[in-house]
Amino acid sequence: MPVIDLANPTRFLNVVNRVLLWLIAATLILFAIGLYRAMNAPDDYQQGATVKIMFLHVPAAWLGMFGWGLMSIAALGTLVWRHPLADVAGKAAAPIGAAFTFICLVTGSLWGRPTWGTYWVWDARLTSMLVLLLLYLGVLALYWTAEEPGRGARAAAVLSLVGAVNLPIIKFSVDWWNTLHQPASVFRMGGSSIDPALLTPLLIMALAFTLLFLTLHLAVMRNEILRRRVRSMRLLQSQKLAEASA
Amino acid sequence: MSAFASLLGRDMRLSVRVGGGALMGALFFLVVVSMIPFAIGPDLALLARIGPAILWLGALLASLLALDRLFATDYEDGSLDLLMMGSMPLELAVATKAIAHWITTGLPLVIIAPLLGLMLNVDLHSLGWLALTLAAGTPALTFLGLIGAALSVALRRGGLLLAVLVLPLTVPVLIFGVAATNVAIVGPAPFGPPFTILCALSLASLVLGPIAAAAVLRHGLE
Repeated sequence: MPVIDLANPTRFLNVVNRVLLWLIAATLILFAIGLYRAMNAPDDYQQGATVKIMFLHVPAAWLGMFGWGLMSIAALGTLVWRHPLADVAGKAAAPIGAAFTFICLVTGSLWGRPTWGTYWVWDARLTSMLVLLLLYLGVLALYWTAEEPGRGARAAAVLSLVGAVNLPIIKFSVDWWNTLHQPASVFRMGGSSIDPALLTPLLIMALAFTLLFLTLHLAVMRNEILRRRVRSMRLLQSQKLAEASA
Repeated sequence: MSAFASLLGRDMRLSVRVGGGALMGALFFLVVVSMIPFAIGPDLALLARIGPAILWLGALLASLLALDRLFATDYEDGSLDLLMMGSMPLELAVATKAIAHWITTGLPLVIIAPLLGLMLNVDLHSLGWLALTLAAGTPALTFLGLIGAALSVALRRGGLLLAVLVLPLTVPVLIFGVAATNVAIVGPAPFGPPFTILCALSLASLVLGPIAAAAVLRHGLE
């Protein structure tokens, strides 16, 4: 990697180091408010206390999908502008997005046990989230197997874009295949169908989750940049050693 | 056009010669489908009900496993570099290779599918429909698998990685393929909608697959 490519990441690192603590603090405060409001939210007349799982489940689902969106945008940066920071952004988003998708599936399954009477059903939304998780795992496997970071990043970028094209098709085909999950209820024509007493904590939690995602993403990006620097330093050092011994 | 024809002819000749493995996919298909009744028992009524699903899964796995060598041999002997430097657009060259690959490995699956359907107690009159849906859907599997083949040659990792990357992308093809076959065999819903969507998926992947695979090769092999 040429040294000039590190110039921009250095400025990026400075910014990250400055804002990261504030972001962590803001995330913690929002989580405190959101969890407090969520715990004191009224029980649902049908679902009882299990409705509170929704405060974790729904934001995790949103951010699981947001992660793939972020990877697709980063993929454009990688393929079109060949920007090393875009490589790092895409790589950092993959494990976080996978983790949120996993949280969404686990909380959904814990909610499904008392409500639907089973941990898992092959319902359209569950299945498309499962396929999303499988796609995330595929991208992670691609990063693991790539020997050289740049090559792996470009391969993963193409896969992210192919996934971005395919995810709506998968979603639509799975909907056609089987549907049991309740339809979208927060964002829809004619206003939300959720009571404000539940909606406000949900939105606060969504904001807190988004901040958590961004905080983690910046921290992982910082670590990845540092890891690549260590790698290129090691390569330079071994090159020097080889030259000295030759 | 002559470049297209000669590349198509070259790939097809190579795959039917020694070491090409054109019929290996069909053989694998035959073996996998004949293993299933050993696992679930010789109940003909049950086999007839899940027959289309078994045939589609078998075809999916057979076409994926055959894809592993699509670019690998060309990469090893250097002809992939020539293709990338040639005047033919890489997207077209990649699509040509995929078409040749489908003719030599996908088409045999379509041809032996009625025979396997017979063994799985699929109704005699539906065997033609079964082959038709496979003929409409297996190109989509090849063109999506093309992306995985390009990724595995660019990263020099084959085998399982390809399957892990490509299988989730084939969910729509599987859903609509099995749906169209089931409708053709049992009815009563109209055959048109799932079948035309299956054709649409094949056509869409004919566009998406070569573009993505060419991008992978260009970025991965420089």
